[in-house]
Order: sequence, then structure tokens, then C-alpha cells
Amino acid sequence: MSLLLLGLCVIVCGGFLALLLCNKPKLSSWLACAGVVVGSVLGLIPAITVLLNGAKESLRYDWSIPFGSFFIEIDPISALFLIPIFGLSALAAIYGTEYLWPYRQRKFLGVPWFFYNLLAAAMAVVVLARNAVLFLIAWEVMSLASFFLVTFEHEEKQNRDAGWTYLVAMHIGTAFLLAFFILLGSNTGSLDFDKIGNIAPSAANILFLLAVIGFGTKAGFMPMHVWLPEAHPAAPSHVSAVMSGVMIKTGIYGIVRTLTLLGQPPEWWAWLLIAIGVSSGVLGVLFALAQHDLKRLLAYHSVENIGIITLGLGLGVLGLSIGSPTLAVLGFAGGLFHVVNHALFKGLLFLGAGSIVHVTGTREIDHLGGLLKRMPWTGLTFLIGAVAISGLPPLNGFASEFLIYLGVFKDGISNGVQAVVLTLCIIGGLALIGGLACACFTKAFGIIFLGEPRTEHARHAHEVKLAMRIPMLILAICCILVGLFSPFLIRHAVFVITQVTSLDSQVVALELSETFAIMWRFVVAAVLLIVLAVFLAAMRKWMLRGRSVRSAGTWDCGYAAPSARMQYTASSFAQPLTYLFKPFLRTHSKSVSAKEYFPAESDFATETADISGRYLFEPTFNWINRTLSRLHWLQHGRLQIYVLYIALTLLVLLIWKMR
Amino acid sequence: MNLISIANSVLAVLLAPLMFGIINRTKAVFAGRTGQPLLQAYYDISKLFQKGAVYSNTTTWVFRAGPIVGFAAVLAATVFVPFGGLPALFAFKGDFVVMVYFLGLARFMTVLSALDTGSSFEGMGASREVTFSALAEPSFLIGLAAIAKYTGHISLSPMLAGINAASWGHAAPALALIGLAFFVVLLAENCRIPVDDPNTHLELTMIHEVMVLDHSGPDLGFIIYSSTLKLWLLGSVLIGIIVPVHSGIFLLDTVSSLLGMLGLAVVIGIIESTMARLRLLHVPQLLLGATALSILALVLVLR
Repeated sequence: MSLLLLGLCVIVCGGFLALLLCNKPKLSSWLACAGVVVGSVLGLIPAITVLLNGAKESLRYDWSIPFGSFFIEIDPISALFLIPIFGLSALAAIYGTEYLWPYRQRKFLGVPWFFYNLLAAAMAVVVLARNAVLFLIAWEVMSLASFFLVTFEHEEKQNRDAGWTYLVAMHIGTAFLLAFFILLGSNTGSLDFDKIGNIAPSAANILFLLAVIGFGTKAGFMPMHVWLPEAHPAAPSHVSAVMSGVMIKTGIYGIVRTLTLLGQPPEWWAWLLIAIGVSSGVLGVLFALAQHDLKRLLAYHSVENIGIITLGLGLGVLGLSIGSPTLAVLGFAGGLFHVVNHALFKGLLFLGAGSIVHVTGTREIDHLGGLLKRMPWTGLTFLIGAVAISGLPPLNGFASEFLIYLGVFKDGISNGVQAVVLTLCIIGGLALIGGLACACFTKAFGIIFLGEPRTEHARHAHEVKLAMRIPMLILAICCILVGLFSPFLIRHAVFVITQVTSLDSQVVALELSETFAIMWRFVVAAVLLIVLAVFLAAMRKWMLRGRSVRSAGTWDCGYAAPSARMQYTASSFAQPLTYLFKPFLRTHSKSVSAKEYFPAESDFATETADISGRYLFEPTFNWINRTLSRLHWLQHGRLQIYVLYIALTLLVLLIWKMR
Repeated sequence: MNLISIANSVLAVLLAPLMFGIINRTKAVFAGRTGQPLLQAYYDISKLFQKGAVYSNTTTWVFRAGPIVGFAAVLAATVFVPFGGLPALFAFKGDFVVMVYFLGLARFMTVLSALDTGSSFEGMGASREVTFSALAEPSFLIGLAAIAKYTGHISLSPMLAGINAASWGHAAPALALIGLAFFVVLLAENCRIPVDDPNTHLELTMIHEVMVLDHSGPDLGFIIYSSTLKLWLLGSVLIGIIVPVHSGIFLLDTVSSLLGMLGLAVVIGIIESTMARLRLLHVPQLLLGATALSILALVLVLR
């Protein structure tokens, strides 16, 4: 515990030092980065220890805030979330030193670093806090710190708008959480998590719904995900990596923690989570397909992966409610394993996207091309991330999805409507998500890194510096190793799963060791694949020995003057699928078609705005705006009158109390 | 793990190209031609293996990795599929999911190596490939789930061994629906008519063939070999369902499966001779139809 606290202090101190020295860009960057790295290493040690031995450690101080206490505890669930938080924050910080460097003339770099360190520390406190007041404070610090990072480039209107959307979404979420904690604490009169117990089923239902909306807004459940595709592109890329890789997972953490507090779940919670999982997963990947802004595309993929995680959690809850340990263990194991895996590959992909933006200055996929020759390391690591996020073996993304598949197949719901719905939702859903994710990432990698550069930006791209390459390389290696060593990792998840499911640890251990045996064979098959590929490569080399191996132009059907602009673009690559799913996507396209025999110019543009943004939130907020504007006369900026309002409110409250 | 089951993979590697020969011979008979030799695919592959290679200037190592990873993945997938009297080399719970995803990896790399050439034709083929496979995958997995629920096993070998003449007696509708759905998936995944025409020579209308336009020499050999293997692989799953001879007598089971594969190749040949390729816009409807069949089968099994 002391190491953990020391680590948090080092992170925060690094941030404050960076703020104080903000006129010295180099020093403040390195101090802040060193703070995050040292603090994270210090924090990782207890996190890994707790995950492996299952011990709990807590620390409690009284606090003068009503109902508040400084009560933190590290247990296996917290440890599981702390590992990606510390790991990814540290790697992204190293990356950030180089990424933010070009901004040094225009901005004080100490300021974003201060908020970055605050964000890293706040995320850790969120998963450690065991008192609602402390939790909400950390939650708010996390949201605000990331808001200031999202609006880092606030000169551009779209970034200010994104920040605004983000701020509003976060506070609507927090409002539900406030209600959640007030209701949670009203039973026992204490807001410490360990004193909560014996919640009536009707209250538990309401609490669960509040948690799903409140935490789901952070996690990015459809349709509360609207802030993700706005905020992620606006933030600097290493911050996007942290936000998408770990910050949205605090929402998942909140739901998992809520489930442990509320006791035995009724079955409809599971179906709700499964429904959210399928809709977020499928719609997330569909909207990702329709995007041609790389970071927006990745943001929608976060929605998709949160969907997969939620599917896992829903399956686990179903297992608990119908009393099937297999389903519970495999569901939660798959969902929580995907939390870690998504942090690895999404962190990697956002850092890769950052490198692309860094050297080409554009996020527009259709303006890139041919970058693999110019940025070999970024390309290789991005490809590994792309394979992993598409859920393909032998990398880590497949391992966690496989656990979810296994749960559905293994479990005993053998008959009836439930079994049909479950199989369709999860097997059909995961298969469709997998296929569409492959389409999306062959598009992203293929159009950006392969072929010929489509613009001058892409033509003059070059590899990024070492400080940006190393974090990507580490994450890529982690994706491979976690995939190949997944059986061992699964076997060590026994304490986490026991705590989440509240099942007997023997039962969990038995289930996990059976899973270990299954995963182990998968790994052998994956190794066989790798060995075969190496063998075939050697075989081809041997076959081509002494024969002519020539280079020539790509086959162009005899056309005389092919140009790079004739290549397939991201929009054209995705067109068959976006056409097929147009009732959901509602892509708007504008085109000026070619006229006359020798057309001078033509133009084509597509835009896929978010349906829930456009058809749900925009009308709602417009209505609220219209309605509340009638109260506009109350607000006119005169401070004295505001003080009068406060006095009057107090008076009313006193009279009400006197009654 | 039964080491003798390695014979399944060996059999697949040895016999897969023959399927192409039988299909082409059937088509020739229908057209009144003599047709190419039955072993033509073997000749093609061995000729390509003896040639040099030409690589496009645009391409990178991804282009060279594509055929190799594709072939390795399909070859590795053969260890999950039982054939005739022999169970699969690797049989574990959920193995068919791994098999489907291995084929997915092969497709991922093939698509990337097509995009690596920068050719708009190959981009077009790649785009169609990912579209159709994304739609075919749910159909295949839901169908497999239905069989898993029906037989009570979740590993491909016992699943297929669990289907015998008696099961066709009392679950004929479900099994027929799954068989039909898998047949559509097989045609789509292997780029046969009515989804794709392997004989077409117009770049604009091709899917799989256009993706590999720029490959040459051993690389093209690997690609042709892996497409024959893929046909063999999906064919063995389909034959395991529709030729339900799982008596336990090794010779009987294996011979009937081999005859089943022969029959499958003839049927594909007949379809290619008598049907036209669908318009590309109609292919998704066919695949959604296959998914609907799988869903119906699942409902029938679980009702």
C-alpha cells in the first residue's frame, strides 16, 4: 500500500513540477514523464502482487467532509484495472514527450503534462477508492483533467465543440452516479463501500439501472457513446490512447464493482448487458467502417470493444443469476481479459495514429498511403495492433473473445427460447463483429500503409523518433506475448474471478484449469501456424534461389498513365458494406458528377454522422435549450443578484426545515 | 491427440488439388469438351513452384508475407477437421472457432497483400472479399453452434461423429438447413459460382482472382494450393454432415467420405455449368439467406 501511495504522490508531484517549470518545455516534459514512469512502476509492483496472491490491503482516514472518508483499498479487481492504467499511462507518457514537442513554441507544455499526470493519478484513485465521496472526487478530477487535455488545441472550433460535448456527457453521467451513491448510502447511512449490504431487490434494480447509465456514459455504451468519436480525435494522440485504452474502462470497473456490491443479480440484468453489448459492438464497428478520419475510426472501435467486454460481463451475470459457474467464470474471465487486451491494442493503435498525424499532419485516411515504406516500425506495430483488434489468432484479441465463445458453447442452457437468443446474440454477434472488424482494419492498414502515397503529406513522411517508437514496440510485443501466454494468464485470474463472482475459489480454480487445458491446445495450434509460416518462407527462399526475381510496375490492365489517386480509397473500400447497412448508418454523400465528354472536375464526399447524436441527443438538447431559455431572465451576470439568490434559497430551505 | 490423425492433413494436402480437376472435368463434360486433365491443378502448382517471381515496385514485405501466412493458416486449420474414420489431430472444446478464425487470418493477409499493390482492381476485389466473408462468417458459426447444441459436443470431431443416419431420421429438417447454409458459405468462401466466377478474365467482375493478379511464381503456387485446401477443408465439414456414415469402421467411413467429396466436386461443377454468376449487389442477399437458414436450424434444434 505504501508503495502505491508513494507512486501516486510521485505522479502528482511530477505534474506540479511540470506546471511550475512550464516555461522550460524540455525540463517540464521530462519531469512529468519521469513522474508518471517512476510512479507507475512503483504502483505496478503492489498491483501485480495483489493480483497473484489475492491479498487485500486497505487504508482508512477520517475526513471532515460529511459522509466522506479517505478510504482506499487494493484488491484483485482494483489490481486488474490498475495494471493497464499504470502500464499504458507510463508508455503513453514516454511517447508524449516527443509527440508534444512541436507545440513548444505555441504553448506551455507544462500545462498538458500537469493534467496528464493528474489524469493518471485520478484513474488509479478511482479504482482504489472505497468511499463514495472520495470516488466521486477522483471521478470528477479524472473527467476534468481529460477535458482540459481534449481541449488542448482549443484554437480550433471543432476541438472546443468536442470538449463541450465531452464535458456535458460526463456530467450527465456523473449526475446519475450521484443519484446512485445517494440511494446506495441511504440504506446504511454510510458511503463506505464495505458497509453497504442487504439491499432490497427493488432498490437493487434501480441502482443497477443508474449504474448502467452513469458508468455506461463513461464506458461508451450505445447510445451514450456520442462523446467518444468527438473527444478522442480532438485530444493529443497519447492522451487518446490513455482515454480509450484505460479511462473508459473505469466505467467497466464501476459496473463490475457495482455488481459485487449489489449481491445476487436477477436475470434481466444479464439480458440488458447482453443487449447493450451486441448493439454497441455491431453498431460501433459499423460506424467505424464508415469513417475516414483515422482517430474517429479508432474511437468507434472503442465502442465496439466495450460492447465485446459488456457481452462477456452479461454472460457472467447470466451465469450467476441462473447458477451456472461455467458461464459465470468464462463470461467474466473473457470480459475482464478483454479489458486488458483492449488497453494493449487500442493504446498501440492510437499511438500509431499519433505517429501518422505527427509526421503527415492529417488524420484523413484517404490522404495517406504507402507509409509502410516510409515508417517501417510504425507500420509493423500498427499491423500487429490491427490483427489483434480484429480478434485474429494468435494474438491477444482472439484469446479473450475465445473465452466468451467458449462460455456460450460450454454452458448448459441447452433448450428453449433463452438458448436461441443467447446463441444468436453472442455467437452471431461476435462473428459479425469479427468479420466487420477485419474489413475495417484491412481498410485502415491497407489504405494508410500500403500502396502508393496519395498526397504530398504522405510522400514526405518519415519514421518517428525513438521515444515514440519504443512504447509502440513494447505494446506490440505485449499483444503477441499475451496471446501466446494467455493460458497461464487465465490460470492466474483465479482471485479476480473469485472476487467478481463470489463463487467458491475451488470451483473457479477448477473451471479455470479446464480452460487452461483448452487454451493450451489453441496455443500449440498457433505455434504450429507460426512454424509453418517460417517453414514456407524458407521454402520459398530455397525455391527462388538462383532464379530470376524481378521488380516491375503493378498490373494496370494496359492503362498508360496510372496515378496514385486512382487507387482504391477507404471510402470506396468500405462502400459495399456501408451501402448494405445504410438504414443504420445514414451516410450523407455529396457529389458533383462528371458532365460532358471531357469532364473538368468532379467531386465526391461522404459523411457519416452519429445516428444517436443526430436523431436522439440533438433534438433532445435543442428542446431543453428552447424550454430553459424561458428562464434566461434569471441569469444576467450580476453578482449581487446571484448572492441574493443564494440567500433566498437558504431562507426557503430554513423555512422548509422549520416546518 | 491421436498422431495417426496427421493422415487427415496429409490427405488434404495430397487430394485437395484433385477437387479442382473434378470440378473442371464436370464443367467440360457439360460443355461437350474433353477438358483439362484431372491433375491439372497439380501441374499448375508444380510449374509455378519452379518459376521465378516478379514483384511490383509498389509492394512491401506484406505482399510477400500474404501468400505464406495464408497458406500456413489454412494448412494449420486442417488439424482441426476430422475426415472419414479419423478424428482431427487437434480436438478440444471450441476448436471450430479457432478453425474459423485461422481462415480469417488467412483472408486478412490475402486482402492486405492485394491492397499492397496499389491497384484499384485489387482493391475492388479486396473490398468485395471482406464484405462477403463478413456476412458468411455468422452463418457458418451459427450453423456450427446448431450442430454443437444438437450433438451436445463442442469439438468438431465428436460433433461430426455424432451425426449418423439415425440423426437424419429425426432431425432431418435442421440438418438439411445447415447443410444448405454451409454449401452457400462454401461457394462464397471458395469464390465459386454464383458468388464469383473462377474462370472470368474481366478484372472488374472478379473477387478472389483479381486479388492475386500481381502474384507470380511460388507465391501464386501457394495461393492456388491454399484455395484448393480451403475448398477441401470446408468440404470435409459439409460432407461430415450430409454423408452421415460414422459407423466406426475405418475403411467404410473414409471411403464414403471420399465419395462424398467426389460428389461435392461434381455438384459444384454442375452448378457452375448451369448457373450464371449473381450480380454483386445480390450476393449479400444470398449470404443473408444462408444466415437465415442457419438461424432456422438453430431454432429447430433448440425448440
